Formats: sequence, C-alpha cells, structure tokens
Amino acid sequence: MNAVNEPAVVAATAHETWHLRLYVAGQSPKSLHALVNLKSLCEKHLAGRYEIEIIDLVENPSLARTDDILAIPTLVRRLPVPLRKIIGDLSDTERVLVGLQIHPDCLS
Amino acid sequence: MEELPKTPTGISGLDEVTGGGLPQGRPTLVCGPAGCGKTLLAMEFLVRGITQFNEPGVFMAFEESADDLIANVASLGFDLAQSKDDGLLVIDHVNMPGGEMQETGDWDLDGLFLRLGTAVDTIGAKRVVIDTIENLFGAFSNRAVLRSELRRLFGWLKERGVTAVITGERGDGTLTRFGIEEYVSDCVIVLDHRVTEQTSTRRLRILKYRGSLHGTNEYPFLIGESGMSVLPITSPGLRNSASTQRLSTGVARLDAMLGDGGFYKGSTVLVNGTAGTGKSTLAAQFCDATCRRGERALYFAFGESEAEIVRNMSSVGIDLWQWVNAGLLQFRCFRPSVLGLEAHLFAMQKFVDEFDPAAVVMDPVSDLLRIGTGADVSAMLTRQVDFLKAKGVTALFTSLTSDAEPALADQQIASLVDTWILLKTMEGNGEHNRVLYVLKSRGMAHSNQIREFLLTDQGIELADVYVGPQGVLTGSARQAQEAQERSDGTARLEDLEQRRVNLERRRESVEAHTAALWREFEDEADIVGRLLSHASTGVEDRAGQRAEQGRLRRADTDEYIAHIGELDVGAL
Repeated sequence: MNAVNEPAVVAATAHETWHLRLYVAGQSPKSLHALVNLKSLCEKHLAGRYEIEIIDLVENPSLARTDDILAIPTLVRRLPVPLRKIIGDLSDTERVLVGLQIHPDCLS
Repeated sequence: MEELPKTPTGISGLDEVTGGGLPQGRPTLVCGPAGCGKTLLAMEFLVRGITQFNEPGVFMAFEESADDLIANVASLGFDLAQSKDDGLLVIDHVNMPGGEMQETGDWDLDGLFLRLGTAVDTIGAKRVVIDTIENLFGAFSNRAVLRSELRRLFGWLKERGVTAVITGERGDGTLTRFGIEEYVSDCVIVLDHRVTEQTSTRRLRILKYRGSLHGTNEYPFLIGESGMSVLPITSPGLRNSASTQRLSTGVARLDAMLGDGGFYKGSTVLVNGTAGTGKSTLAAQFCDATCRRGERALYFAFGESEAEIVRNMSSVGIDLWQWVNAGLLQFRCFRPSVLGLEAHLFAMQKFVDEFDPAAVVMDPVSDLLRIGTGADVSAMLTRQVDFLKAKGVTALFTSLTSDAEPALADQQIASLVDTWILLKTMEGNGEHNRVLYVLKSRGMAHSNQIREFLLTDQGIELADVYVGPQGVLTGSARQAQEAQERSDGTARLEDLEQRRVNLERRRESVEAHTAALWREFEDEADIVGRLLSHASTGVEDRAGQRAEQGRLRRADTDEYIAHIGELDVGAL
C-alpha cells in the first residue's frame, strides 16, 4: 500500500491498541497457518497492545461482501487508522511488517 | 448432433445470430475496447433474464458502483432498483484497492467465491455477470496464483450451472488484456467500436461458440432508447408473402407500362437516374397516388426539407400539402451524416412502426454512401427491404447516378429490388430531355419501350418517343416529327376531300344527263301517243265517209259496206 502519512502512523503505534481482524474460510490449512503466524508476530512486536478478531466467512458469508473481501486469508488493520489490508498466510514476516507498518526499530 | 442447450439473452438480434442465445450453464466472454458496450450487453442480459425469462441474476461489478450502474441503465428503461427490491437482482460492487495488496504468503480467492456463491444462493440466480474481472490483475501481484484461481472460478461457475457473462477489455494484440480468453472457451463475443469517416459504428462478432453453429459475420449493433439491438445483416430467411395486388404509380401510362396497373403491393422499387431527371417527382407522384387511395405514405428525404419538397412538387401540379394536413403523408427529412447507418436504419424502422404507412419513399438512398461504403449501404438497405417487405410496405428508393459510373450501391441493391425504373436524359438538338424506361420488373409483363418523361402542370406525363434513322427523337425533335406527321396527314385529307367533291360533281353531271335523256324520251313518247290517237280517228272518219258515199251511190250492199269498214279499221 502507499505510504501515506507515515510519520503520524508511526507516532500512533507507540501508545495505541492495535485492532486486527483476520478473515478466514473454515479450517483450511492456509487459514490455520495465518492465525498461527499472526499470533506469534503480535506477541513478538505488539505484546499487550493488540486484539485479534477472527471472522470465518464460511459461517458469515455475507460479511465478505460488506467488508469487501476477495482473497483468503485477509488481514485487516482496523486500528490504528488508516485501514490497511494484507493478504496471504502471513508466512513472509518481512512483508507483514511492511504491510501493517510495524517498524521493529521504533518499537519496544 | 444433440442441440446445445442455450439461454436466450432477450437482446434484440443477438439470439438470432447466436442461434438461440448463450451456452446454458457456461461462461461467455464478451470483450472489446473501452466504451464498446460490454457492460451494457452484460447488464441487458441480466435485465432481460429477470423481466422476460424469470431468471434472477447477479451482477458483480469491479468497475462501477451499484448506484452508478443503476443510474446508467435507467436511461434505457431498466429499473434495477426495483429488481433489487424484488429480490431478483444482486449488484455486488467489488471495491478495488488503489494499489497492489501486500502479499504475505499463500492465498486464494475463496472470499470472491463465497461472495458470489452467497449472492447466487440468496436469489436463486440463473445468470451471473462479472464485469470486469481483469481488474483483479491490478490488485494482486502473484499472477500465477491469480490465474489458477480464475481457472478455478470459471470451473466453479460451470459447476454451479449458472449462465455467466464475463467481460474483458481488449489488450494489445490479444482479445483481453490479461489473456483470460484461455479460461473461457465455450463462447467468445467480440465487440468493436469503429469510426469511419467521422461516423461511428458498433459491431459485434461471435468469435467462437463451441458446439454450436453461429453467424460468423460482424453484425452492427445499436444502443438505442430501449437497450441494445444487434442487426443481422442477412435476415434469417426469405419468407415474405407475395401480394398480387397492384398499386398505381400515379402515372397512368407508367401503370400501363408495368403491365396491369402499377407496382405490386409490398414490392421494392428503385428509381434511378442522373441529376434532374425527375426521380423525386416520380416519388412524390407515387405518394400522391397512395394518399389519394386513403393510405398513408412516409417520405424519408435526405436532401431536401419538407417545405422545399412540397413547394417544388406544387410547381408540377402535385399538391402534397393536402395529404400532410390530412395526416396521410409524413416527411422525415434529415442529412444522412447526422447518424451512422445503423442508427438511421433503426430510426427509420421506428418511424415506420409508429406511422404504419402503406408506402415508404427514401430519397435518395445514394446519399447514404456519404456515411458508409457501398457494401455497408447495401447491407443496410437489404435489412430495410426485408423489414418493409415483412410488413407489406411498398418501398420506393430513388438513387442518384452519374452517367460516368453507376453508383456502387445501385449494382448491389439491384438484386433486392423488384422493379427498377431508369430515368435518363437524352441530349440532342441542343437540348436534353428526360426519358423513362422499365429496366426490370419482376412478375410483370412490363413494356420494353422508352417513353419521354414530361413534367407538366398536371404532374408527370409519359409520351411516345420517335425511333427513326437518326435514333430516338425526343423534345422538340419529337414535336417536329409530330408536326411533320400532322401536315402529311392534312395533305392526304385534302386530297381525299377533293376527290370526294369531284365525285359529287360527276354524280351531279350524270344525274343531269340522265334527266335530259328522260325528258327527250318523254317528249317523243308524247308525240307518238298523240299521233296514234289522231290516226284512229281518221280511219273511222274515212270508213264512215265511204259507207255514206256507197249508200249515196248504192253501189254495194250494206253487208259489204260494213265489211269494208271493218277491213279498214283492221288494216290500220
């Protein structure tokens, strides 16, 4: 995604709670991988400052449309603003950090 | 071969060229450049499904929002909002992010499948449109995954048994920008939007239709007030009924030249000639005759305005204004260049449908060549002829030709027309005169004569031409010839009169002579008669005298004297 308002975002990361939402489809390997990867990443970089919501689109298919989801798994950073979306099973940690704009240098 | 099940689109003309519609339960790719009408075709496919075939539909839009789509097609009379409320239509607008999404590992498009599956299940959709799925290529960087997912999607659509229309934008040298045609192999429709000599024409072609016969031509199509309509260049069949009813041309001698009373009802007439030969006048006279019978006539003029035509025709004694006022005659005057050929055809057919005329005039069809090639014009006229014939409307086309080269369109429409009347000017003696002849007329014992075509105060009149050693005589040469013949005739008449007078005189003289002879004869007879009567009196006298003398002389007996007297009388 475009790096807009980056300084503001970085400033916000320090003291805000992160609200992340993971869209999965049933118990597929990709979904399970994504969840495992997300949890370990959050523990490492956002310990105590994160909240993960898991939405299974097989159970709530209408949410795919309302939340505009195409790819599975999709991770949405709802807070801090702005909203950001990344896709995949989150196995590429580098890309996850870039996508969520978590800067290891600025943290901890 | 088992007939492939098809889903009718309901789009005017498209079902004809596809032989019944799109392959049922399979995806069809509709591709073409921007603005060619892909989205409209797809949308109309859904709307017609809902309104005509009771098949609910899902529209998955990657480009326009639902509100935009609803607004865009509202002008075509489609009420999408109503269909949505009725639970017959789902418009799912996929809001594409501005750039590529960060890809952090393995993913798939289950989200899209779920969305589509939910929408289809909710309303029991039979038709699905995905417009334009190639936008996904802008959002995902892993093309390999995306392609395999698209392949899976089309397989999934087939599995669900929905009839789908997938749109794709034309790429550089490929049908679609990202080559999705390789996944959709059942039916491919290509749309095009071409501008030739400042006139745009939309065209449609069935590139591929697996397992089915289909028209292979490029078919022009229109986006009109009531949606899209594809115009098959060649009508499916020639199945027009043929009338034997004749319609007067308005020119008595022309009716006679056509055998028995004029054009056949529902036939097509081409009047073709060089400039100023009276084509329009002939057309106007035909309209006049039509209206005079109380039937309606529709006059399409490409060169003159209504007022000009009415004025010009009044100069030759044809009062068209009365028919316009009576509502029997309608003019539609426009320059051909204002619209493309297909749009003209569409507009004219609409006018014909509205006015329901018995006769239609197009004056002159050669003007249409300005906005299309000869082949295009002839294709358009073919459709027009088919349309009019199907309605039983008698059509009269005029066509302007130059002496040097006959217009291409004329040659190409010649086989379409039933009656072909040629108007020409003949030069000679320092003047040029109009002549007319019937080049062909199907099903009529038409005259082979050239007639001189005169524009008089009472409309068109046809006169015989003189064919002599110097060729065909027209105009003043014909008049001179007529005068010569008249004077020759007069001389003969005078001669005869003289003879008659002579004979009369001779008779008089014979009668006079006879009378004189009779008089002579009568005179003589009179004399003889008188002489005779004198002669008998004398004999009696003489016998009496002799008897008296005998008695006096006593010379004979009385018997003898009587005998003498009888003898005398008998001798005489």
